[in-house]
Amino acid sequence: MTVTAAPLRILIGKVGLDGHDRGVKLIARALRDAGMEVIYTGLHQTPEQVVTTAIQEDVDAIGLSILSGAHNTLFRRVLELLSAQGADDIVVFGGGIIPNEDVPALKEAGVKALFGPGTPLDDIVRFVKELPRSR
Amino acid sequence: MNEMKERKPRFTSLSGIEIHRLYGPSDLKDWTPERELGVPGEFPYTRGIYPTMYRGRLWTMRQFAGFGSAEDTNRRFHYLLEHGQNGLSVAFDMPTLMGLDADDPLARGEVGRCGVSISSLADMERLFEGIPLDQVTVSMTINGPAAVIFAMYLAVAEKRGIPFDRLDGTLQNDILKEYIAQKEWLFPPEPSLRLVTDVIAYCAQSVPKWHPISISGYHIREAGATAVQELAFTLYDGLTYVEAAVKAGLTVDRFAPRLSFFFNVHNDFFEEIAKFRAARRLWAREMARRYQPKDPRSLQLRCHAQTAGCSLTAQQPLNNVVRTTVQALAAVLGGTQSLHTNSMDETLALPTEEAVRLALRTQQILAEESEVANTVDPLGGSYYVEALTNRLEEEAQAYFRKLDAMGGMVAAIEQGFPQREILEASHRYQREIERKERTIVGVNRYVEEGERPIPILKIDPEVERRQIARLSELRNTRDSFKMAGAVAALQEAVACGENVMPPLIEAVKAQATVGELCMALKEVLGTYREPVVL
Repeated sequence: MTVTAAPLRILIGKVGLDGHDRGVKLIARALRDAGMEVIYTGLHQTPEQVVTTAIQEDVDAIGLSILSGAHNTLFRRVLELLSAQGADDIVVFGGGIIPNEDVPALKEAGVKALFGPGTPLDDIVRFVKELPRSR
Repeated sequence: MNEMKERKPRFTSLSGIEIHRLYGPSDLKDWTPERELGVPGEFPYTRGIYPTMYRGRLWTMRQFAGFGSAEDTNRRFHYLLEHGQNGLSVAFDMPTLMGLDADDPLARGEVGRCGVSISSLADMERLFEGIPLDQVTVSMTINGPAAVIFAMYLAVAEKRGIPFDRLDGTLQNDILKEYIAQKEWLFPPEPSLRLVTDVIAYCAQSVPKWHPISISGYHIREAGATAVQELAFTLYDGLTYVEAAVKAGLTVDRFAPRLSFFFNVHNDFFEEIAKFRAARRLWAREMARRYQPKDPRSLQLRCHAQTAGCSLTAQQPLNNVVRTTVQALAAVLGGTQSLHTNSMDETLALPTEEAVRLALRTQQILAEESEVANTVDPLGGSYYVEALTNRLEEEAQAYFRKLDAMGGMVAAIEQGFPQREILEASHRYQREIERKERTIVGVNRYVEEGERPIPILKIDPEVERRQIARLSELRNTRDSFKMAGAVAALQEAVACGENVMPPLIEAVKAQATVGELCMALKEVLGTYREPVVL
């Protein structure tokens, strides 16, 4: 008997106020081209909106882009809300303008991976493909 | 045949234009220097808008700066002026750019992070403490809430007794490129265009030396556009603003001499130089054809330039100094009026003082050591540069025709056209890098493991708390009755189609905050959600 796994469902979004969406759109497209189901939230999402959408859409992972320097606050808020909703099996990863020295603390807080400028799209696709499914 | 073998099957510019092995007279068949070049300072301004260019006066070295509180940024301004910079340029934080006060729940974690936090008139006064506003030109990068921030600036000047006709500077105030690229808008496109026109009309009347708009390609390019797209969309945005102002009853010569432009300078050296030259020629030709101005300054494209942030790499960040130098040289050879050079650490955080100083020194070395500023348009007449200039102008005109056919820029934006064109270009560029068809040193070639970290600017998290406390004090101590009256008067004036600036200045003086004023304007003008293009 063969089992065909359902495609991974990934929420990709911009959280916070910055509108720089060049990178996030390339990543959404690359994941979609790799056969995943991508839910793109669009701009200016609050952590609350992101988490609500993620739970409603039953996603396996959330990928967030932040270039405004608000990463320490916003990633933590998303993780807290997921945890409060009992949805901390959903993996959170992200990217943007994030100084290296902020990375360890964010990982400690539960961000699975952070991809800085210049990361090959293939690396991100590979990372997502290898994620455990939350469903 | 073997000796004719070349490194690559095809050579292309960064915009994808095929580049030949050699350029010569056959590439400029219908080209005459009289028609296509003219002389510097004369139509069609290909060689520059002034007869003497940098022999008369060097470009203005203007570093964009802003972080933390108004006091933090004020200190950086003084630092830059002390190190020989001659104009200021304000970077606001995300909440300010989005018209939100520092204590708005949506501002959490963002206050002072990527620019200075300005919510009140008192913040604005602190920002310019000790800066002689009648002597230093000030550029402000603000778009959605541009009219509000400008009202605050004018109120500061008024308080200090500086007459408005002594003020010189630039308000970015270019909302079309926000819908196209940077995505920081507050209202729908049509009402936004009306606010832009109000500022243009008010300046023509009351702040005559001010540049009420900086029509910007920078952000369009950063979002992934090619040089051709940057040129085409920016100039077409410019024509859209001119048309809106003329429709509002202004004669072209009353405001066009104060329009200014803002371009990106990316890595393709000659293509970038050609872009500046093509921009001047195309603007002069289009303005002459469409509006027949009598004042020659209405035909002149004045511009600021900034090196390409998107070209910088987090890997081997010292390499960014070299990239920035090459780009800055292209802007100078292209004939820019002012220039910002990026700092090497900006893919990681806002720049440190040391990094900014090095970026400023880069400009000073170009200006004062390299001798490149000794003659006007040194590349004029180069077969290659002239052919590229022609090609960029032609391709931009092809976009103009498409945009005309779509019913103009606002209609094109609502259909997602420029957004889609830019996304495709950005996707193409990324694919070329991933396939190593284009080299990015330190990223896809000459990669090093275990890089040494460089020092990074840290923003004190206290800034947010302090800003919130200050706002709370303001709300408790101001005359709320007077403030509410001024806000109501503003809403009424805007609903009646009156110019927004006079009631805004009154409301700002009555201590209404950026967030309160933007909310009041949204109640009258509406809000906007973009068509998602993916």
